[in-house]
Amino acid sequence: MAKKVLKRILVSIPVLIGVMLILFLMLNVLPGDPVSVMMKEHAKPEVIERMTEEMGLNDPVMVRFFRYLWNALHGDFGTSYKLNRPVGALIANAFPNTLKLAIAAAIVAWVIGIPAGIISAIKQNTIIDRLFMGVSLVGVSMPVFWAALLFQYCFAYKWKLLPVSGVETWQSFILPAVVLGWSSAGTISRLTRCNLLEILQEDFIRTARAKGLRESAVIVGHAFKNALLPVVTMMAIQVASLLSGAVITESIFSIPGIGRLAVDAISSRDMPLLQGTVLFTTILIIAGNLLADVLYSLIDPRIRTEG
Amino acid sequence: MEQNNNGLSLMKEKIGLMMRQNKMAVFSALVILIIVIMAIFAPVFAPYDQTKQDLVNRLISPSFQHILGTDDLGRDIFSRMLYGARVSLSIGLFPTIASMLIGTVLGLIAGYYGKKIDFVIMRLADITLAFPSLLLAMVVMYTLGAGIINIFLAIVIVGWAQTARVVRSQTLALKESEYVEAARSIGVSNLKIMFRHILPNCIPSLIVLFTLNIPANILQESSLSFLGIGAQPPFTSWGLMVSDGKQYIFTDPWIAIAPGVAILVIALAFNFLGDGLRDILDPYMKEQ
Repeated sequence: MAKKVLKRILVSIPVLIGVMLILFLMLNVLPGDPVSVMMKEHAKPEVIERMTEEMGLNDPVMVRFFRYLWNALHGDFGTSYKLNRPVGALIANAFPNTLKLAIAAAIVAWVIGIPAGIISAIKQNTIIDRLFMGVSLVGVSMPVFWAALLFQYCFAYKWKLLPVSGVETWQSFILPAVVLGWSSAGTISRLTRCNLLEILQEDFIRTARAKGLRESAVIVGHAFKNALLPVVTMMAIQVASLLSGAVITESIFSIPGIGRLAVDAISSRDMPLLQGTVLFTTILIIAGNLLADVLYSLIDPRIRTEG
Repeated sequence: MEQNNNGLSLMKEKIGLMMRQNKMAVFSALVILIIVIMAIFAPVFAPYDQTKQDLVNRLISPSFQHILGTDDLGRDIFSRMLYGARVSLSIGLFPTIASMLIGTVLGLIAGYYGKKIDFVIMRLADITLAFPSLLLAMVVMYTLGAGIINIFLAIVIVGWAQTARVVRSQTLALKESEYVEAARSIGVSNLKIMFRHILPNCIPSLIVLFTLNIPANILQESSLSFLGIGAQPPFTSWGLMVSDGKQYIFTDPWIAIAPGVAILVIALAFNFLGDGLRDILDPYMKEQ
């Protein structure tokens, strides 16, 4: 078991290095003059020349990549061109906000998604099932930014129930969390439904029914535990994807999180900051997938006994 | 060959079955068709010139003259949406086709030849899929600059890997099947085996993937355009229109709401259709 987990961790290291390399190449090979971004328009050419040399931007790209990799391993992700502060510190400051949003959104997604999936599966092919699955597709198909604007308009402006934006109170997290959690709720309810339906076809469920158990006892006592397994592991993946899905939600609700940093980095052409935020989010997702795999093999005895 | 023809005609039969049973999927196909026709014939259906500014009639609410109102420059929103549909739909369609073609070829090669080439292609796919897709697309747009052609490229760069994985896993299974074995034993070339014997059996899954990738890419484009790094004026797309309407959301909400509804409707229609197709075509989905 420990061997398996270790192997799984080792497999993700090359992926991580590959991610860093591809990200670095995409952001560094194509011309975009970082020094002139830093110095704005009125810098003298000699000054730009000297800065470029000092920052090591004249070195071959692979030398620069390994320098970046080496520094990153020591916790140094470069300095933001615009804000002139270490990228690592900016991310550390922003992360709590993103984390709060992602957790709140995940709670919304599970509280809506899991019961909806269970009800749909139990009432398979009825009006309720169709309705729930239809609504979950709406969640998946709805542009997040549009939902965010609509919610702001209705709940914050028209009915004045919740703050429009910001992070001052816990109430200000409600709207963004619902907007962000809604689309994940769609995915989770479909997964829950699908798993539960599959489990309900199994022999042990037939046995449970045959021995005269009430349907509710069959579902609660026998089917749930097995059907929710993949959903539980899905949660680790979902939190990770919510962390990255927060990009748009954060910028609309003015939440100073990682996604907001990334969007700001693009508009101010702040390459180190963009590189840092994308790398950080990708690492979180890789870690989330890893955790999901490990959790799954811990919970599911069939996988535990293999290998 | 026999087997392939059977596979394809079976697929046609299944689609016919779906059309009789899944009314939602048929209705969705109809909605898509109507929107596509309106986008193609935008100049015919548009009541106004989409670029014509009319500052006297700016920000008017939906009325008989302007069924969806006008924006901050007095341009007719309905007309702009018809033209925006061209961008949104082309981005749903063309990059999806391109990324899936690339993904299919790479997946076939990886699955069929295996060994080193499989390792290289699949690790590249792992890395691509490790990135959150919106952020990767944002990085591509940052490097290449905003614009429609670059959105195409961003979507292709982000999108090929998923198809490659699906096609590879099916190729791995099909490669061992008896008819491929038979074809190989009578000396059919590798290329011919891949494209004439293995590929046709992947087509049902590819159709499903295609139908579900279109709305995903339409949403991707709209997000990029909303963030200001996608479509640029004079072009417009539904995402860009929502972005334009953002600043008027509290005073004149219809400017942002109307194009958003359009995105929702087209994405929903494709998702319903894709779901319907998956239920009948995808061998990995058990028919419930």
